[in-house]
Amino acid sequence: MLNYELVVIGGGPAGLAAAIEARKNGVQNILVLERDLELGGILQQCIHNGFGLHIFKEELTGPEYAQRFINELLEMDIEYKTDTMVLDISEIKTITAVNKQDGLIQISANAIILAMGCRERTRGAIRIPGTRPAGVFTAGTAQRFINIEGYMVGRRIVILGSGDIGLIMARRLTLEGAKVLAVAELMPYSSGLTRNIVQCLHDYDIPLLLSHTVTDIRGKDRVTGVTISKVDQNLKPIPGSEKEYQCDTLLLSVGLIPENELSLQANIKLDPRTGGPIVNESMETSVEGIFACGNVVHVHDLVDYVTEEAQKAGAGAADYIFEEITEKIPAVPIVPQEGVNYIIPQNIRIDNLNGFLDLMLRVTSVYRNAKICVRADEKTIKEVKRPHLSPGEMERVRLNSNIMKTIRPKTISLYIDGEKTQYAI
Amino acid sequence: MFDILIIGAGICGTSIARELTRFKLKIALVDKENDVSNGTTKANSAIIHAGYDPKPGTLMAELNSRGNPMFDTLCSRLQVPFKRIGSLVLAFNDTDLKTLGKLYKQGIQNRISKMEIIDRDQLRNLEPEINPAAIGALYAQTAGIVGPWELAIALAENAIDNGAELYLNSPVVSINKVDKVFTVTTDSAQFRSKVVINCAGVQADKINNLIAPPEFKIMPRRGEYYVLDKTAGKMVRHVVFQPPGDLGKGVLVTPTVHGNVLIGPNSERVSRDDAIETTAQGLEYIQKTAQQSFTNIPLHQTINIFAGLRAEPDTGDFIIAESPTVKGFINIAGIKSPGLSAAPAIAEKVVGIVDSILPALKPNQDFIETRREIIHFAELSDKAKARLIKKDPRYARIICRCENITEGEIVDAIHRNAGATTVDSVKRRVRPGTGRCQGGFCMPRVIEILAREQNQEMDNILKDGLNSPVLTGMTKSEEIRESEPAFTAPQLKEVEC
Repeated sequence: MLNYELVVIGGGPAGLAAAIEARKNGVQNILVLERDLELGGILQQCIHNGFGLHIFKEELTGPEYAQRFINELLEMDIEYKTDTMVLDISEIKTITAVNKQDGLIQISANAIILAMGCRERTRGAIRIPGTRPAGVFTAGTAQRFINIEGYMVGRRIVILGSGDIGLIMARRLTLEGAKVLAVAELMPYSSGLTRNIVQCLHDYDIPLLLSHTVTDIRGKDRVTGVTISKVDQNLKPIPGSEKEYQCDTLLLSVGLIPENELSLQANIKLDPRTGGPIVNESMETSVEGIFACGNVVHVHDLVDYVTEEAQKAGAGAADYIFEEITEKIPAVPIVPQEGVNYIIPQNIRIDNLNGFLDLMLRVTSVYRNAKICVRADEKTIKEVKRPHLSPGEMERVRLNSNIMKTIRPKTISLYIDGEKTQYAI
Repeated sequence: MFDILIIGAGICGTSIARELTRFKLKIALVDKENDVSNGTTKANSAIIHAGYDPKPGTLMAELNSRGNPMFDTLCSRLQVPFKRIGSLVLAFNDTDLKTLGKLYKQGIQNRISKMEIIDRDQLRNLEPEINPAAIGALYAQTAGIVGPWELAIALAENAIDNGAELYLNSPVVSINKVDKVFTVTTDSAQFRSKVVINCAGVQADKINNLIAPPEFKIMPRRGEYYVLDKTAGKMVRHVVFQPPGDLGKGVLVTPTVHGNVLIGPNSERVSRDDAIETTAQGLEYIQKTAQQSFTNIPLHQTINIFAGLRAEPDTGDFIIAESPTVKGFINIAGIKSPGLSAAPAIAEKVVGIVDSILPALKPNQDFIETRREIIHFAELSDKAKARLIKKDPRYARIICRCENITEGEIVDAIHRNAGATTVDSVKRRVRPGTGRCQGGFCMPRVIEILAREQNQEMDNILKDGLNSPVLTGMTKSEEIRESEPAFTAPQLKEVEC
């Protein structure tokens, strides 16, 4: 049995930043476990730019962004193992992992940080009828084939879902000589960032079909075509609106799901709204000493926010390891109300707050001229004006810890006050 | 010249091939697809029926009740997943209860043991999540679930281990008979054989008509299914049927041998024998209907949907006989449900028919009942895992994160007889891609392994059929291939054995 103060599961942006932050906070004995062949996680295949605007005030590509953290990790001599798969985590913080060099290993940890990221929703999950030919890919898998393996996935492409990866891939495939016929989006608004819609679709004259979905896939061996239909207000396909597209490839960018198989093994409570662990102000899960950060907690739009969240988890784990948490105090729930889909963290221990408390949230629909309102018990204590809110863009509300410590609310809730609209951008 | 040529490597063709390798016979197994088990065998309910359902006196009744008890030994020898979990036919009213009574009586006539009609409380005890409106059920303990394509693959592998020859991608285009010898021509080869066995599933009538006058017709009937994530796996413990109607045994809800939940099928007459697409209407019908058995089916945990075809004969019963007009030509046709349950018994019956055609069959002294051991890494103890990795470090590389499948298992599946050559054939054998990510993470790595082990470029690796390349060429290359076939048919050649 190996022993570490802290084991970080996942060597992507979340895991890297968490490990580095824990070291900065004095934790010496750290191990990062990564299942892929190299550190950096999904950023390694995100070769487009736009990363790092918040953290580094410059536009980096995914691999560049990752490399800054990998370099820091190496300089700090933090131990890591790649091509290593964690098979099991127990509630008492014993980890079973496997790789070619060490074989099957058991690791005991004082604290664990979960940073396994997320996976893509698949065709089966959204149940698109039709045949099951080659040529149906999730957008991230296609991105890996093109950017890491160097292979094309097709040449006449239809993309379902306007999530960021789908938008990025529309541009990427176009640049590689493929023809992207259309991007269909079930909702009346895009779930991707506005800048991606402009830079990846508009700039290349790729049509974005809002309130449309793929209702049939054809082709015995390889995709020969798909049918796209308009949907009504209940998101049901409208008969008669079918349009056929001849293509050899369908890319799906229809949502990401936090990967919590290991969390469940450790009996960690998940939030059904996010699909990730319920966490407190230190990013600690319902199991003491097991922390979580990044897309395993909730799916982010910007890696910069992942980094910040991971730093919080790293610092939190350090405090836990050094027994510097004034714990055992009841946690105050943070409750999503009217117009708010979810909030991270789901609860806080007021005595552990320092400086600012950042609440990350997503709204349930598109709003114009809206306010994000914070209520402490019955009283609204803060209102943040937003000209535009969309489920596709994560929002941040910053609260002052000292005020929290003065008011000492039993519950904090967030709601949206504003005009709901069906249409985006 | 072959003694036996079997057309169709589904569950019947592979069962028969393997059974016949017990004798000193030259056997060829040909299939039009790029893998065995690639027709109805890969898309059905995967149920080993108890046998109360078929009408007494039919071949279906006889072979179902004879086939069912054979599965324990067969599956354990071939290392195929099989679980005798029992089945329940629900009743919601008095009419249904009468139907259950009839089924029970029919079961007694078919000599089915361990059946009982249970009341609401007993039912709730067996299936806690069942719709409370169900007032009773016919409980048949001998029903089971199996991995159908895994069984066919195992049978094919074992048949080849024992001397049979497998020819894939060989659609039969003509059959002739001169002087007691058949010449079977595929699009790329010619085979000569003393006996031809037609196991062509939904195309059995077309194969029959190549050499014999039309004696039966196959009317394909499509069934569509949902597969749910293993996280939903605990909702159901038995094969749960609804009261049977005119269209068959109705929509069922059942665990699979790997811990998923399978829901379906509907039953729709289709005109094409390759109509295996799912439809919005079909899926909606199944959803509505299945909710009568379980009111809270977590369909949001669906990980896959698929459809398969039943080879429905116009005769109403299995056709298992030498053609009355063409001696030496044996039809195994109309093998709809309970065909899978009956398959081992069908194979035995065919041995009898072959025995009556060919001069005295001699036993194959070298016949081996079992396959080389198959390792399931995820199911081993920690100690056994550690030991295995020391011997072969490829078992330390997890390729499929959802099902924890290792590189070692995939490489083994590629190098066996009737081995995997495509992404889907790897999936059918060792299951990377059957989990909740549906291959999103592991497919690139499976392709890499297939390419390496077969000395191929990655863009030559197929999903399933010969025209199903996953990748269409390298980036930055001059020409991007437009899904052109990776395979060109070779010159027609005679297959010597």
